[in-house]
Amino acid sequence: MVNRNITGAHYGLKDWLVQRVTAVVMAAYTVIFGVVYFVTCPQDYFAWSYIFQSQWMRIITLLFFLSLFWHAWIGVRDIYMDYIKCTALRLGLQVITILVLIVYAVWMIQILWSV
Amino acid sequence: MLFRIYRYDPDKDAKPYTKEYELELGSTDRMLLDALTRIKEMDDSLSLRRSCREGVCGSDAMNINGKNGLACITPLAELKSPVELRPLPGLPVIRDLIVDMSQFFKQYHSVKPYLVNEDPAPDTERLQSPKDREQLDGLYECILCACCSTSCPSFWWNPDKFVGPAGLLQAYRFLADTRDQSTSERLDNLEDPYRLFRCHSIMNCVDVCPKGLNPTKAIGKIKDMLVKRMV
Repeated sequence: MVNRNITGAHYGLKDWLVQRVTAVVMAAYTVIFGVVYFVTCPQDYFAWSYIFQSQWMRIITLLFFLSLFWHAWIGVRDIYMDYIKCTALRLGLQVITILVLIVYAVWMIQILWSV
Repeated sequence: MLFRIYRYDPDKDAKPYTKEYELELGSTDRMLLDALTRIKEMDDSLSLRRSCREGVCGSDAMNINGKNGLACITPLAELKSPVELRPLPGLPVIRDLIVDMSQFFKQYHSVKPYLVNEDPAPDTERLQSPKDREQLDGLYECILCACCSTSCPSFWWNPDKFVGPAGLLQAYRFLADTRDQSTSERLDNLEDPYRLFRCHSIMNCVDVCPKGLNPTKAIGKIKDMLVKRMV
């Protein structure tokens, strides 16, 4: 069998950039959320749901979670690339990961807009 | 001083083992290589590479008490006894402390580590301004000892696909060279999820480089160039 090195996919830069941008978004949200938490000091369910009833809070929370899922996708794919050498198994795991993250995203939207 | 050295001769040994050597240090034994030379006088079956014995050739790179380094410039006074010596991690062992560096050099060659300039050669050298020449400082000094690449987990997992810190430092050495005309092709060659982007900036390479170089910084500059090219 000819042992060829299969490289040259010509991507990677976009993912690397996305990982950094999404990290900044998550860091910014963490600060905003911290401020909101300490200002409102929610003690019960109603106080928590009140925070997420404002449209802007829902939108930035949505942005945070989408960034988290995108960031997680790149990180998990990197782990698969390092440790899963069988192409079929790796592709299968990648597809499952993407599907799970999409389900999480839809579920998260449903939760955010239902409180 | 007690030395515990990895021994493996594939022709004779079923598996690697560790052999202990007790050595009375003399007044002239200053560096680890001095001690290894004395040990080799005691047991000539011990195999290791060495040449210049002053940190220039990069032959005697090995794993010293868990950290890659050059035996010839590692002072014995700084080592904790027992001194554990192993071959560079992640590369196939040929014998004892000698590893097969083929994969390492294959990656080095893959970045075309030479100047590409299609202009007719001038009568004298291709001159650079002192400022342009400064861009190569911290890059050209690499001696290709492989301490950095063999301390990098990304290189351990994908030595056939990830160029590794040494190769990427050299890739940037030519990207940074104002006389080189192959910038675009060089960036194309590296824009790959494995070749460049397996680097996650954990900086093991910087930690071990016996010449004090910073491959992580060079890799960051390659990424900067790719971003500039894209946006």
